[in-house]
Amino acid sequence: MTDSTNKSAVDSSRRDFLSKAAVAGTITIAPGVLLHQTAQAGSVSTRPNDEPVSNKNRWGMLIDTSKCANGCTSCVDACNEENGLVGNGRPETDSQYIRKVTLKDKATGHETSLPLMCQHCETAPCADVCPTGASFVRADGIALVDKHICIGCRYCMMACPYKARSFVHEAVENQKLTAPRGKGTVESCTMCVTRVDNGGIPACVEACSAENHNAMIFGDLNDPNSEISISLKERGGKQLRPDLALNTGVRYQGLNE
Amino acid sequence: MTRFLRQVAVLVYALFGLTLLSTSALADSPFPTINEPADENVKCIHPEDEMRRNHMNYILHERDETMHEGIRNEPESLANCIDCHVKPDDKGEIASIESKQHFCSGCHQYASVQIDCFQCHADRPQKYINRDKQTSSLRHNLQQTLANKTGVDQ
Repeated sequence: MTDSTNKSAVDSSRRDFLSKAAVAGTITIAPGVLLHQTAQAGSVSTRPNDEPVSNKNRWGMLIDTSKCANGCTSCVDACNEENGLVGNGRPETDSQYIRKVTLKDKATGHETSLPLMCQHCETAPCADVCPTGASFVRADGIALVDKHICIGCRYCMMACPYKARSFVHEAVENQKLTAPRGKGTVESCTMCVTRVDNGGIPACVEACSAENHNAMIFGDLNDPNSEISISLKERGGKQLRPDLALNTGVRYQGLNE
Repeated sequence: MTRFLRQVAVLVYALFGLTLLSTSALADSPFPTINEPADENVKCIHPEDEMRRNHMNYILHERDETMHEGIRNEPESLANCIDCHVKPDDKGEIASIESKQHFCSGCHQYASVQIDCFQCHADRPQKYINRDKQTSSLRHNLQQTLANKTGVDQ
């Protein structure tokens, strides 16, 4: 007991020293960088990639529909490019991880455009119904399909209230390194999990910023200082189908009641 | 006694015949060799004999850790195998998994062991795959769909 206490005391003082040294170094060398880092808190993963994911983080996305341009498909294009989604000219069965949806209010004629993808529910119906455990929600809140154990039964597709999942009907070749996908398995938005694990942001969010629309924010919902949490606190953010109480990781702003 | 000698002679001929047969069979399908890493500065992470026997155990273990826990630093990943060992031939052409020339298929076809990894995973390093055509066709489809977009009532 004594030993372990001593050890942790040593560790913590060493960590204190290191963090102070790092802060001092940053301030002395480049104050601008420090400012930049503060603004970026909780916006990307800082977990070393040899450590398992944990529920310390919950990755989510916030979409401001008032900034989402009608007719713009850059998020969809970026997603297709990132995941190597190749169409076979059959829109009924071709995979879609993200799609643009236009909502029209009949009374006023007002149109709202928004991207719709896997909502990364905390209590995900897809994971509930999966008979093999292939559909699961990772500890950091990203809903995934483990295609190694997916048997292609498609119960998850029926269970998903957002129609977010696709089934791969045809043999696939020339897949992307970071996006394995193959015939006979179900797939959906992975929140670009490989990018996130390597400290990046999803391709759709990146593309939206590149277009200067900035309608999508990615970040850690568990970090009160992250851009996404601050915006949610200030302006709120709706879940789609809140009646289902799924605690989705993707939230929307600018939707009318 | 003569009968016994005759039997022995037949046996010797039979054995000799078998040896000839097996030698010619070997000549037809030579024992596959392993491609050296494409980059000369990169060293193999394990000895060849170890990898011939146990590569499947290494990558199966990593598979679950990577998929479920997001651990992505392990050197024995399928992506690393492919990235190092799959390289173009002298003519600059790169074999797909269907071909016996592919790093994995060479042994797997020889040993008659079916390999499922590449139904989902990339069988070639990304730098050798030209994707422009495929994604542009998908973009075209999408733009057509959007052109015929139907409004959804809120």
